[in-house]
Amino acid sequence: MKARTRVGPLAAAPGPVPAMDVDALIDDPGTGIIVCCGSGGVGKTTTSAALALRAAERGRKVVVLTIDPARRLAQSMGIEQLDNTPRPVTGLRTNGRGNRKGGSLDAMMLDMKRTFDEVVEGQATPEKAKQILENPFYIALSSSFAGTQEYMAMEKLGQIHAEAQRDGTYDLIVVDTPPSRSALDFLDAPERLSSFLDGRFIRLLLTPAKGPAKVMSAGFGLITNALTKILGAQVLRDMQTFVTAFDTLFGGFRQRAQRTFQLLQADGTAFLVVAAPEPDALREAAYFVERLGEDRMPLAGLIVNRATPEPRGTLSGDEAMAASARLRKRAPDSLTAGLLRLHADQTRTVEREALLRARFAAAHPQVPTAVVPALAGDVHDLAGLRQVGALLAEA
Amino acid sequence: MVAGDWSRVRLHVVTGKGGTGKSTVAASLALALAAQGRQVLLCEVEGRQGIARMFDVDPLPYEERRIASGLRLNGRAPGVVHALHIDPESALLEYLAMYYKLGRAGRALDRFGVIEFATTIAPGVRDVLLTGKVYEAVQRNSRNKSAIQYDAVVLDAPPTGRIAQFLNVNDELAGLAKVGPIKSQADSVMTLFQSPRTAVHLVTVLEEMPVQETADGITELRRAGLPVGSVIVNQVRPHDISAHDLAAARSRQLDAERIEADLKEAGVDIGDELVAGLLAEAHDHAERRALEDSQRAVVAGLGLPTYELPRLPGGVDLGGLYELAGDLAEQVKR
Repeated sequence: MKARTRVGPLAAAPGPVPAMDVDALIDDPGTGIIVCCGSGGVGKTTTSAALALRAAERGRKVVVLTIDPARRLAQSMGIEQLDNTPRPVTGLRTNGRGNRKGGSLDAMMLDMKRTFDEVVEGQATPEKAKQILENPFYIALSSSFAGTQEYMAMEKLGQIHAEAQRDGTYDLIVVDTPPSRSALDFLDAPERLSSFLDGRFIRLLLTPAKGPAKVMSAGFGLITNALTKILGAQVLRDMQTFVTAFDTLFGGFRQRAQRTFQLLQADGTAFLVVAAPEPDALREAAYFVERLGEDRMPLAGLIVNRATPEPRGTLSGDEAMAASARLRKRAPDSLTAGLLRLHADQTRTVEREALLRARFAAAHPQVPTAVVPALAGDVHDLAGLRQVGALLAEA
Repeated sequence: MVAGDWSRVRLHVVTGKGGTGKSTVAASLALALAAQGRQVLLCEVEGRQGIARMFDVDPLPYEERRIASGLRLNGRAPGVVHALHIDPESALLEYLAMYYKLGRAGRALDRFGVIEFATTIAPGVRDVLLTGKVYEAVQRNSRNKSAIQYDAVVLDAPPTGRIAQFLNVNDELAGLAKVGPIKSQADSVMTLFQSPRTAVHLVTVLEEMPVQETADGITELRRAGLPVGSVIVNQVRPHDISAHDLAAARSRQLDAERIEADLKEAGVDIGDELVAGLLAEAHDHAERRALEDSQRAVVAGLGLPTYELPRLPGGVDLGGLYELAGDLAEQVKR
């Protein structure tokens, strides 16, 4: 990955953080694509599903593309099987006589390998496609290449968007991004895949198939010998077959990646960066916000999930701790002492989270932010999603 | 709670779903194991430099660095924790230098982008390189002279969803290399991973999805013949309210007057909202505790040694790591 320069705010006075208006975003007919990004474990999938449901119940024709939802959530949305096709979600809230606002919601779970296979099948002749699909290197690349999932999520987004434009099926696509280590993987994947396909070594493997290249051949001999020694001759042969068969498709892949990238930069797209109030998640969010700016991608805001709710009253954490200790001295199992300790913990957690958010805002002012309080339980049905949607809108 | 027997374990692999704090637990485990003069190596393989951040040191190179003293237990001198950041490119170059005398060809490999190719295309190859280095650290041999011999190695591993695939290097390679040196390297790595000298620990929090993922992870690990060591439950809420009071808090039947009297006795200025606020907090806490208890029952049903670590309201800093290490050491000893 390229080293990136970090640029601080230019003499911005630390003012209040602008609040994000989620309903304005999803109601705006100009919003055609919402991409939810963030590091793993911050509730991206739930956020995407909740936004999609809310938008649909407010009248949009929505499809949500999710990557790896929790089993029960997937079941409640009717997408437990991985068939790479959007399926209608039933049980949307209606106004007594059907959904009068005309909204609808489809959901789909991404099958990364299948999407990749379909791209190959769509671009190569049947014989050639068969040859590629059976090659061990293709199988490795399509099922577990670092970045394939991200790349395929974008590919699928491109497909659905083209269909929606053509047939008028959807007017809003909500995309959940893969649970990568880093949110940046999503934006880097196409570049990584095409730079891999453009790599010097791949070119080198193609050379003998394309005729004599005297200059390269000395180096190539050296390399093939070394590789045969380490990997064995069969691996090298498979690699060469794969690269040769795949060569004609490279151009197509690059073009498609380019088109999707432009789609992401377009006005109708909105990126939502999802984070939890933890240092790692907010650091990732900060990198991502900076990156979106550099790539001229439209950022709609930051969603901080799982925030600890603000305690009521004015008793400080330290005072509560001290009072708790005093009560414990007299009655070791005092209920009130336990409650004071809880209050102190909550106050301290809220202070720490507020500090983390303030630091983010100082370095990235003007990022509209929605803070969503943690729910006591897990979300695994439409009612739960509706509740999250309402919290997002209130935040 | 069943305590596991770690006396034979040389390699502790720590995994967990994103957001459960697996890196924190791996670091605490390393500190706990480095008690009583034992030497421990803490490895990371995801290129995140999480160890450097947790221990507040400069980003780690591909080199074993001394980062902390272990936990002081019973007044006996602690051992040392070293840390190593393993990246596949360096691991491949080191491996080539150690096992092959490639000379000019070695440099050519790098120049023609082969190193990059090998470490990006096939995650199988990538994982063999990463795990191969871990294997080397556990099983030091004569090729790596003057290297430190460790009593234990702790690996901050990829997340639960990928752990079986990551450790099951043989299977990953099967489609690619059926014979040859890479394959035999994978075989020796696998022998260590499947032996009782390895233990995979799964970190979870007491919420439905992470617990479900833990159960799935255990099934996958067992299917691959990989030894599951324990479940480490992280971020557990405090237990200083009695079961009886919790039940009352849940049904909003706590005695507000009694609490008010206690607060006055402790000299707390009650204001308008404090008692109502405490009651609301108690209700939320009781709800979450009930969910935790139901998930705790699910974890207990997994039939593995289980350890619990508290939620640290101030966040995890270096002091917090030692605190968690102390908790772990205490429970493992039992």
